[in-house]
Amino acid sequence: MDFLYNLLIDPLVQIFTYPIFALEVLIGGLLSGVMYSLVALGFVLIFKASGVFNFAQGAMVLFAALFFAGFIDTGLPWYIALLLTIGVMVLLAMTIERVVLRPLVNQPHIILFMATIGITYFLDGFGQTIWGSSVRVLDLGIPNNPMEFGGVLINQFDMVAAVVAGTLVAALAVFFQKTRVGRALRAVADDHQAALSVGIPLKTIWAIVWTVAGLVGLVAGIMWGAKLGVQFSLAMVALKALPVLILGGFTSIPGAIIGGLIIGAGEKLAEVFWAPAIGGGIEDWFAYMLALAFLLFRPQGLFGEKIIERV
Amino acid sequence: MLYREAGQFKTTYSADQQIFPILQDRIGFFVTMAVAFIAIPMFAGDYLTQTIFIPFLVLSVAAIGLNLLTGYAGQLSLGTGGFMATGAFAAYKLATSFPDLNIIFVFILAGLITALVGILFGIPSLRIKGFYLAVATLAAQFFLLWLFNKVPWFTNYSSSGVISAPPMSIFGVFVTGTEASHTAKYFFLLVLVTLLALAAKNMVRGHIGRAWMAVRDMDIAAEIIGIRPLQTKLAAFAISSFYCGIAGAAWAFIYTGSVEPLAFNIDVSFRILFMIIIGGLGSILGSFLGAGFIILLPVFLTNAPHMLGLNIPVDIISHMEVMVFGALIIFFLIVEPHGLARLWQIGKEKLRLWPFPY
Repeated sequence: MDFLYNLLIDPLVQIFTYPIFALEVLIGGLLSGVMYSLVALGFVLIFKASGVFNFAQGAMVLFAALFFAGFIDTGLPWYIALLLTIGVMVLLAMTIERVVLRPLVNQPHIILFMATIGITYFLDGFGQTIWGSSVRVLDLGIPNNPMEFGGVLINQFDMVAAVVAGTLVAALAVFFQKTRVGRALRAVADDHQAALSVGIPLKTIWAIVWTVAGLVGLVAGIMWGAKLGVQFSLAMVALKALPVLILGGFTSIPGAIIGGLIIGAGEKLAEVFWAPAIGGGIEDWFAYMLALAFLLFRPQGLFGEKIIERV
Repeated sequence: MLYREAGQFKTTYSADQQIFPILQDRIGFFVTMAVAFIAIPMFAGDYLTQTIFIPFLVLSVAAIGLNLLTGYAGQLSLGTGGFMATGAFAAYKLATSFPDLNIIFVFILAGLITALVGILFGIPSLRIKGFYLAVATLAAQFFLLWLFNKVPWFTNYSSSGVISAPPMSIFGVFVTGTEASHTAKYFFLLVLVTLLALAAKNMVRGHIGRAWMAVRDMDIAAEIIGIRPLQTKLAAFAISSFYCGIAGAAWAFIYTGSVEPLAFNIDVSFRILFMIIIGGLGSILGSFLGAGFIILLPVFLTNAPHMLGLNIPVDIISHMEVMVFGALIIFFLIVEPHGLARLWQIGKEKLRLWPFPY
């Protein structure tokens, strides 16, 4: 009885007793959800364009952050470090396309998925071989303390992250809708063969998509790195982005954003109000359970394409 | 020449339907068995048995389990580590609550409990498939490990969260605990693995295996020809989890002796997935080949710099190991996406004619 009370009644009582606190938790959750969306975006870009479920996105986040922090630690100004890291990510995308994806064209998706897990291991090892496994502090000069907005405390850093994510999504939207390359990308995402037949170079497009995903990874890596320090656990952030993906749908950019918001808010609320009832530390799996429960009602996610199957 | 089936006529149905219909395969099987049962215990020392052969046997059970689910029934799962943990903790609770229970029953009951858990987490497979399902099975992985970490009942309120296998014997010989000899452990595992592998091989040749493959190849078409997707998919999850549970129990009781939940983290799930992909999806032999490969690869990578005479700091070596591991995975996928089992098949085709050109 006690357990049920703690699980079902007490959290609601607390939420209604301290509405400001609950609101703070909610906003904090939404903002951290934006950070998940940043990682999830990279997954969506690649899945849309090439049908590859890129497990290496988390490793790419870590890889980019390691290089950026490493370059800064060698004394380079931040803009040169940023340019160099962008160069590294472009090179990485081209290498992956040439060495991994091209020989595996036409293989089943699971093989490509496994290949990206191979890439994950490779990037984790490679980045740490070069830059070492110690934690690097990445200071962007953004204050990491709460600010008050109309009686509600909000973390400034999370606000900046949200603005950055918003800018990134807007930039991606413009890139996809208005540029020639963006239109080609959307064409490839719709139908590989039709795109090929109107003369869109598939291989170049894939390299571009992986580059864009790498750059999104770089942004995510910088933001997460500044928040947690640049270290191996950044690669684990990707595991948090997966439920965001299944919630939002693998093929939808708005889905990644909204999924991130739902997961972030749900996770924080559950951690603060419900976790004490069942032992705490539920952040590891709560997002998955939320996504799982959700999938039972909408198997293709919130905004995913409904797959019509024919025999 | 060496591998010719010409002239081997079958006069009965049972001869035609045996597991190894070709004489050379039967000889190969019995030679392998002889090596496993006689040569390895005689010549491999304690060290090799403990570091290579015992983990190899344990992980091949898990690989067979995952192969039944992913390779035969086509349901991608990343929750293997969680199911192995379930098996380990179920076996621990059974062995400590009922000290008189024979270890065989402990393992089987632990497998059955894991099968129930597997069915529970397999229910979403009726609605979702492919990568959505893979991500959904991660829920099992994280939730189960969290459960064993947080609920002290599972570890009998041990303060460290580590479970240790109580000493248990079979026919008067200890197979777990500190008194057990490596040879006894090895033999116990070998018999277990042989039985489980034969059962799996027969399952995939029979009615249920065919139903799994039909669902894997196209589930709607399978449904139309009268295969029930509910029963078939859940059976795949149950049987696969049964194998994984026994593998987890064997890992905790026989290989390491004591284990904490984190030993079954997501890395384990990935490693076992690697095993079946490198070994060959949809092949029992492939599960063994893949397990051998993934066990031997790190051993080789750790020792390679010494052999080459390079002197590299330890932390760099461990990073390089991860890197080379990833690169080799990609390399193998590119060279032979269908796994080592496929290479073996191609080799057999070659051996039919060799050494003649045709």
